[in-house]
Amino acid sequence: MDFLPQVLFVLVLAIAGYFLYQRVSRIRKNIFLGQKAARNDQPEKRWKTMLLVAFGQKKMFKRVIPAFLHLLIYVGFLVINLEVLEFVIDGVAGTHRIFAPFLGNFYTVLINVFEFLAVAVLFSCVAFLIRRNVLPIKRFHAPEMKKWPTLDANLILVIEIILMFAILTMNATDMLIQGKDEHYVQTGTFFFSGFLMPIFEGMSLGTLVFVERFAWWFHIIGILGFAVYVTYSKHLHIALAFPNTWYSNLFAKGKMENMPVVTNEVKMMLGMPTEGDANEAPAEVARFGAKDVNDLSWINLMNAYACTECGRCTSECPANMTGKKLSPRKIMMDTRDRAEEVGRSLAKGGKGLEDGKSLLGDYITKEEINACTSCNACVEACPVNIDPLSIILQMRRYVAMEESGSPASWNNMFQNVETSFAPWKFAPTDRFKWANELKNEEN
Amino acid sequence: MSEEKNTISTMAEMAAKGEQPEVLFWVGCAGSFDERYKKVTLAFIKILNKVGISFAVLGEEETCTGDPARRAGNEFLFQMQAMSNIQTLEGYGIKKIVTACPHCFNTLKNEYPELGGNYEVIHHATFLQQLINEGKIGLKGGGVFKGKKITYHDSCYLGRANNIYEAPREVLQALDAELVEMKRCKTKGLCCGAGGAQMFKDAEKGNKEINIERTEEALATGAEVIAAACPFCMTMMRDGVKNKEREDNVEVMDLAELIAQHESL
Repeated sequence: MDFLPQVLFVLVLAIAGYFLYQRVSRIRKNIFLGQKAARNDQPEKRWKTMLLVAFGQKKMFKRVIPAFLHLLIYVGFLVINLEVLEFVIDGVAGTHRIFAPFLGNFYTVLINVFEFLAVAVLFSCVAFLIRRNVLPIKRFHAPEMKKWPTLDANLILVIEIILMFAILTMNATDMLIQGKDEHYVQTGTFFFSGFLMPIFEGMSLGTLVFVERFAWWFHIIGILGFAVYVTYSKHLHIALAFPNTWYSNLFAKGKMENMPVVTNEVKMMLGMPTEGDANEAPAEVARFGAKDVNDLSWINLMNAYACTECGRCTSECPANMTGKKLSPRKIMMDTRDRAEEVGRSLAKGGKGLEDGKSLLGDYITKEEINACTSCNACVEACPVNIDPLSIILQMRRYVAMEESGSPASWNNMFQNVETSFAPWKFAPTDRFKWANELKNEEN
Repeated sequence: MSEEKNTISTMAEMAAKGEQPEVLFWVGCAGSFDERYKKVTLAFIKILNKVGISFAVLGEEETCTGDPARRAGNEFLFQMQAMSNIQTLEGYGIKKIVTACPHCFNTLKNEYPELGGNYEVIHHATFLQQLINEGKIGLKGGGVFKGKKITYHDSCYLGRANNIYEAPREVLQALDAELVEMKRCKTKGLCCGAGGAQMFKDAEKGNKEINIERTEEALATGAEVIAAACPFCMTMMRDGVKNKEREDNVEVMDLAELIAQHESL
């Protein structure tokens, strides 16, 4: 019967692993609903960007206070997870604090560091809960944040708080047990969980062992459950921030992506030689521009899954701050929601993309994409280099070229460019008249 | 007024004489047709003449770069414009282009290469900065702007789009003026509201115009001059100043105009 906890542990690990695997493959498939896009150039620059922006949190520090609080949680997350390694080994091997005898005093130091970080994470999570729910910070109360997004954000913070308490409870009871039973693995004194010891002091050895074991199991199951939850949550940025920054756009932000299909057609119209073999079958063009998630590139879709809905983009958006419907964060949330919807349908053998709905129209309206000034403030603001502008501009392409549905004044502008070679209706022969004004001025 | 007359040659005239200018001045549609921005074009022409750089313009052969069409989604129209402009530029063997419009600048510099047009493209803010560094303009102390408060409004297509933040500021510093920054400047600069083809349509429904928001911020600095480096920003900020009924004591001016006045051109 001694093996029961070990068997149970392996079972729990396997179940969590199964769900995690299922979700990760689903998300992978959803992301690859997007068009192919090669972005592997300049690997050195890409690694550097990832190190600075994701690992080094460089862009977070544009806003110092949340950046600092976030940094505590981030470092806590990275470091405390080292402890999970011990959890897993203990769980599988049926040992208790297997590293303690090997590391000796260093183990005590290490756990004290973990405890310090646990307290720092606790502090930050409480501060974030207050910021999010009490302080009047506009970006947390925008229309797209109603219901699930707000619940999701609060759940994450509460779960993290509970998990940190579990660690501290486990350590506090462990120290008490060590005092009562000298055969127990000795770990030295832990500073922070020491404060919790008075709560458990009156308990019998049996009760203490139960509480310690309960906290241990609660913590590891909590972490595994959280890992699965994260894949359904905005919190997925903890993983995707890294590839997302690696695949950053390295061109000048002002450059719009070219459409080689259009280039070929324009060259044919102008009687210029086109690229590639003329006999080669032309690449299949589904659509000009983007109407649904499969028209976007996979990088656009990864962007959507990497978004943690912080809203820095929206708070810097000139259209949003002047009351227009456009919110770059909502563009990313809608893109993800639609990819998830299509993915869920496909997983059930449903209609998927052919369900009669589309990203543009059912999620994002023309009013939103028409309000964009392409100023790149959202792109600049994003701490993980998400590019909402790319999606907006691809949708405008769809509206202009597939639907001819641009606003009337834009259609007039198009006509002017076509006939007068300027966006305003002036005679092309008047273009050089400004030079006469200089002559008049001089005479 | 200078004694010597300013000259403007077209590429066609130069080519007929078998000459090749050092740089092509891409005037842009606003610089050619917009009543206000034509003054910027003239100011820049005077500066080019004063420093004696050999330059030319395309004149009637210039057409829209296609930027507003592309931003509004009409990729076909953009590429038609781009191809035909590239043919013109290639025909004259153009190597270097300077322009006073950040939108033309961005398109020519970043978007024409993929369509076969490779040129050294610089914006007039950078061009003026280079002239100042070379000691060709802006060296005399004092001048009309000495001690005046000037704020610089970052154009999105120079700033975030192309990381040009310092050149325009260095140009203003050469005027011996007091450069005051708005709360949102450089990477955080607030758009004037006209980019992304918004210049050519009414704003969507909202509770404020973007240019009013930006103008309020500019006026809050107490600056007498709002310096701009983009024709669309110029229009939007001027409209904002008019809306606030401050046009009597606050001027919106382009960098080239400021330098031209400083140089008494």
